[in-house]
Amino acid sequence: MAFFFEVLIGGLLSGVMYSLVALGFVLIYKASGVFNFAQGAMVYFAALTFAGIIDMGVPIPLAFLGAFVVMIALGVATERIVLRPLVNQPQITLFMATIGLTFFVEGLAQIAWGASTRRIDLGIQDEPIPWILDNMNMVVSSFDLTAAAIAGVLVAVLAAFFQYTKIGRALRAVADDHQAALSIGIPLQHIWGIIWSVAGFVALVAGMLWGARNGAQFALTFVALKALPVLILGGFTSVLGAIVGGLIIGSTEKLAEVFIGPMVGGGIENWFPYVLALFFLLVRPEGLFGEKHIDRV
Amino acid sequence: MFYRETGQFKTSYGADQQIFPIRQDRIAIGLLLVFAFFVVPAVATQYWFSAILIPFLIFSLAALGLNILTGYAGQLSLGSAAFMAVGAFGAYNFILRVPEIPAILAFLMGGVCAAGVGILFGLPSLRIKGFYLAVATLAAQFFVVWALTKFGWFSNYSSSGVISSQDFSVFGFAIDSPVRKYLLTLSIVAIMGLLAKNMARSNTGRSWMAVRDMDVAAEVIGIPLMKTKLLAFAVSSFYCGVAGALVAYCYLGTVEPDYFTLDLSFRILFMVIIGGVGTILGSFFGAAFIVLLPIFLNIVLHPLFAILGIEISSAVVSNMELMVFGGLIIFFLAVEPHGLARLWQIGKEKLRIWPFPH
Repeated sequence: MAFFFEVLIGGLLSGVMYSLVALGFVLIYKASGVFNFAQGAMVYFAALTFAGIIDMGVPIPLAFLGAFVVMIALGVATERIVLRPLVNQPQITLFMATIGLTFFVEGLAQIAWGASTRRIDLGIQDEPIPWILDNMNMVVSSFDLTAAAIAGVLVAVLAAFFQYTKIGRALRAVADDHQAALSIGIPLQHIWGIIWSVAGFVALVAGMLWGARNGAQFALTFVALKALPVLILGGFTSVLGAIVGGLIIGSTEKLAEVFIGPMVGGGIENWFPYVLALFFLLVRPEGLFGEKHIDRV
Repeated sequence: MFYRETGQFKTSYGADQQIFPIRQDRIAIGLLLVFAFFVVPAVATQYWFSAILIPFLIFSLAALGLNILTGYAGQLSLGSAAFMAVGAFGAYNFILRVPEIPAILAFLMGGVCAAGVGILFGLPSLRIKGFYLAVATLAAQFFVVWALTKFGWFSNYSSSGVISSQDFSVFGFAIDSPVRKYLLTLSIVAIMGLLAKNMARSNTGRSWMAVRDMDVAAEVIGIPLMKTKLLAFAVSSFYCGVAGALVAYCYLGTVEPDYFTLDLSFRILFMVIIGGVGTILGSFFGAAFIVLLPIFLNIVLHPLFAILGIEISSAVVSNMELMVFGGLIIFFLAVEPHGLARLWQIGKEKLRIWPFPH
């Protein structure tokens, strides 16, 4: 039983990482209706940039700031160059444009920083916590717990930002109704620039934590794809959904790998979340917390 | 002046509904086919066949398949490479396990296997649409590649799931040289292309378009949604499956499940976008563009940097390729969302009134 809980907790904590990536998707989708496929590439780019700046000998807080500035630049440039010419196009066109953006950002990241894996050392130790190991006989990494705490703080900060600042109110207005927001004088394009920067910030935090775990490497973009079933499960428009979905996906995928995997030869972690999401969709197409969609002819 | 349909009167329904209603189009298509079947084999070199022409034709077929699903029936799919994989491994197993099976039949059966898998993964489309569906098709992508790698039966227990195409012959001709492979591919693609063109203007194609434009409205006017959507998945996967079989037998010869990655699915999607969503011709334009672009960039970038005196590694070139690729996608979507096929149409309109624009 202890082993079961150990796997479960490990899964939940890795689910937190998926939630972080999914959060970036949700933010942009809510505010601009764009399904930003490039979020995974942005995580990769952010992780590489952060690691690259650290390698130059810059202290971590400054490197974080520097990477954040780069992500803001990327967000604003995306808004300018990609989204502005595509205003009023169908959502599917915008989605495909973000796939193009994915390729561009991946290429850019590797040209700028090289394709080799970079280590990120945040100074947090990746060791089992002795107290839990002694009393409950379970291995729970202190790094994972710290990452979960950081994710929790991030969500709280974002929630406060959305709820209590002027920009946050404007963001929510835009998310509700573009035209209405525009007509009461909210500058749509600024808002989109800001939301892409915020998504860049989230990508940076996610990339930093993932990178510290597994190194800043190209595989990050695949890990980020796992955020898609998370979104399906949680619903595209719900921040809470991204968190809960991430936890569900993370835990079930680890449990399935450990308990079902050996029966079919292992490696099912790669597709299990998608199939889970698929079956979930058959029952509840709008996700756990998504808005119910009513079709009108 | 030359491209004008004035004076071509249709006197029967048959004439009015033919696939190419304009005489000049019929002549052009005929000339193109004659050129591709007789002139090209005589002049093209080995390199042209195996690096450009055959992949172009095969990817046109795959893009055609995806275009049927995404462009005509409006169901976005990110799993086309998986269906190609099913086709390739299906054809391999039919040739391996059924004695004396004609190769063409095996390819088609590979396509049928892909169609079956397509229907299975198309089932969610009855409940969900748009991005949700796109993500759902990712399940097909990852699951199929995993299954083909994990279960040795599919690849006859070869190491890491690699299959090597057996020698095969069609109507008594051994398909062993690039020219013959080219001719076989060309025949299949030409026939399936015409079939698709025909299908697009038939009852089936029009129901697909109705579902694409608004599925609720389509249902109200009496189009059975389930049948139409699943048929689109089946036909699309069939095309992708045959393309996959051709990849294994006419293009690469040796292929492993990992060839059919998500990246390939994206490339096929890009062919559809750049070529033109919802056009048959566009699939061919898109495939040509995507196949030729890396070759072109390779030819252009190396001398360019040599002139500038910068040493660059091939890794940088491939990354620049990625960037140009992504940039072009965005550029195309912004400038011409309807793709190269739309440019072609504009050109035809211009040609029709040339040289008197009024």
